[in-house]
Amino acid sequence: MADTMTILFGGIVAILLVASAVGFVLARRSPSETVANLNARIKAWWVMIAVFAVAFFAGKEVTIALFALTSFYCLREFLSITPTRAEDHRAVAVAFYIFIPLQYWLIWDEWQSLFSILIPVWAFLVLPVLAVLKGETEDFMARTARIQWALMLTVFCISHAPALLILDIPGFEGRNFLLLFFLIAVVQLSDVLQYVCGKLWGRHKVAPRVSPAKTWEGLGGGVLAAMAGAGLWWITPFSPWQAALMAFAIVLAGFFGGLVLSAVKRSLGAKDWGTMIEGHGGALDRMDSVSFAAPVFFHLTNYFFAL
Amino acid sequence: MIGPRIIGQLVIAIARFLVGGHARWQGCAPEPAQRIYFANHSSHLDTIILWAALPPELRAATHPVAALDYWGKGRLRRHIALRVLNAVLVDRAARHDPLGPMKAALDMGDSLILFPEGTRGSAAMPMPFKGGLYHLARQYPQAELVPVWLTNLARAYPKGAILPAPIVCTATFGMPLERIEGEDKPAFLARARAAVCALGE
Repeated sequence: MADTMTILFGGIVAILLVASAVGFVLARRSPSETVANLNARIKAWWVMIAVFAVAFFAGKEVTIALFALTSFYCLREFLSITPTRAEDHRAVAVAFYIFIPLQYWLIWDEWQSLFSILIPVWAFLVLPVLAVLKGETEDFMARTARIQWALMLTVFCISHAPALLILDIPGFEGRNFLLLFFLIAVVQLSDVLQYVCGKLWGRHKVAPRVSPAKTWEGLGGGVLAAMAGAGLWWITPFSPWQAALMAFAIVLAGFFGGLVLSAVKRSLGAKDWGTMIEGHGGALDRMDSVSFAAPVFFHLTNYFFAL
Repeated sequence: MIGPRIIGQLVIAIARFLVGGHARWQGCAPEPAQRIYFANHSSHLDTIILWAALPPELRAATHPVAALDYWGKGRLRRHIALRVLNAVLVDRAARHDPLGPMKAALDMGDSLILFPEGTRGSAAMPMPFKGGLYHLARQYPQAELVPVWLTNLARAYPKGAILPAPIVCTATFGMPLERIEGEDKPAFLARARAAVCALGE
């Protein structure tokens, strides 16, 4: 697998070098908001690929720890702009200090059955119990639901990305890191192609009140990303057409994940998840599509390809 | 023995990781003027958050006013309060001149961080302010009175909690309060409280 990874990293570094050069020239010749956005993405990808390289060479533990840290930041961001009350403190603290470490420990321990139900079943039952003991009934249902949603999206869903490492796929042993790579590559490519196609040809908005940036034409760019994903079939356990379908599922899930989280964000009265810290975009703004795409990809792969 | 500076950096690092605690300078800039920062109070973290929100050069000459019965308890807490935060410890039960230690700091030309409610509240809006701020404002007319609004701290670290929950908190610094000639104590305190509340909206 090390050879494959070397080729992949080499390829991506080459692509990013070209992208950075083009971005640099565009920024000098015709600076605009779109160009600035693309350059910010390119910069983020350099960081991402560096993190990926570290995770790959340092092994499973580091990969899991990095995703746990991502969940931590996303959950912190989510709850910071979500109106909970002081009475929810115990439930919130347990979500952070117990459920994040436990969920990721279960991946490390390869305890897949408990991993799949820890948050949908155990957190779902335990957290409202902690809150109810404080005796505050005001808004109880909504408060409980918010905390559960936060935990589902930012911890449960995102943890399905590193969980790809523990799938047992016959004939693919020791190469699971490539599945994670496939997922993130398709999601990122889809995000940027949707953005570019939306900017160039976007006319028909999918849900104008939720997100003015999401257009059907943009989704067309996502289809291009799915085709590019099909081109990566050789790093996966899939045949080319299976890889295409998988990539398409990832694109679709990611697209709707972005849309749903945009609606959640707006219902909380915020424009960016990161509004709490001036000048920083939110971690959830980058992870929204992953949070929907990861469980879909995990379960499709698990159902059709794993033991 | 670890020096107070290292402990200070550690305290700030942990606070940033868990609860952010970034500053928003809305009505004034972080300048080295003599100031009395006054803020709403809902958590023991308030003192640390407001202190950490100041730039390092201001921190050195700014003293949080902290309750002796909490911050004076235990060796570590006392060490952090006195050596790291440069706090002025006030005995809330004292009968004679509770403002004494605060005046001593102001006499040196330093700034104060004050929580005029006197104790932590649990409602969304701060409780009525106690009189100390009024007396200090009158006796130190050169000190700027800067209202500060702290968000989310009641949720991040409410009364009775053991660990703070990681919820991002911010400190918003407002415009210095004007002094009105001949204003009486209740009117001044109500105006000061309103200035803090206004930053919360």
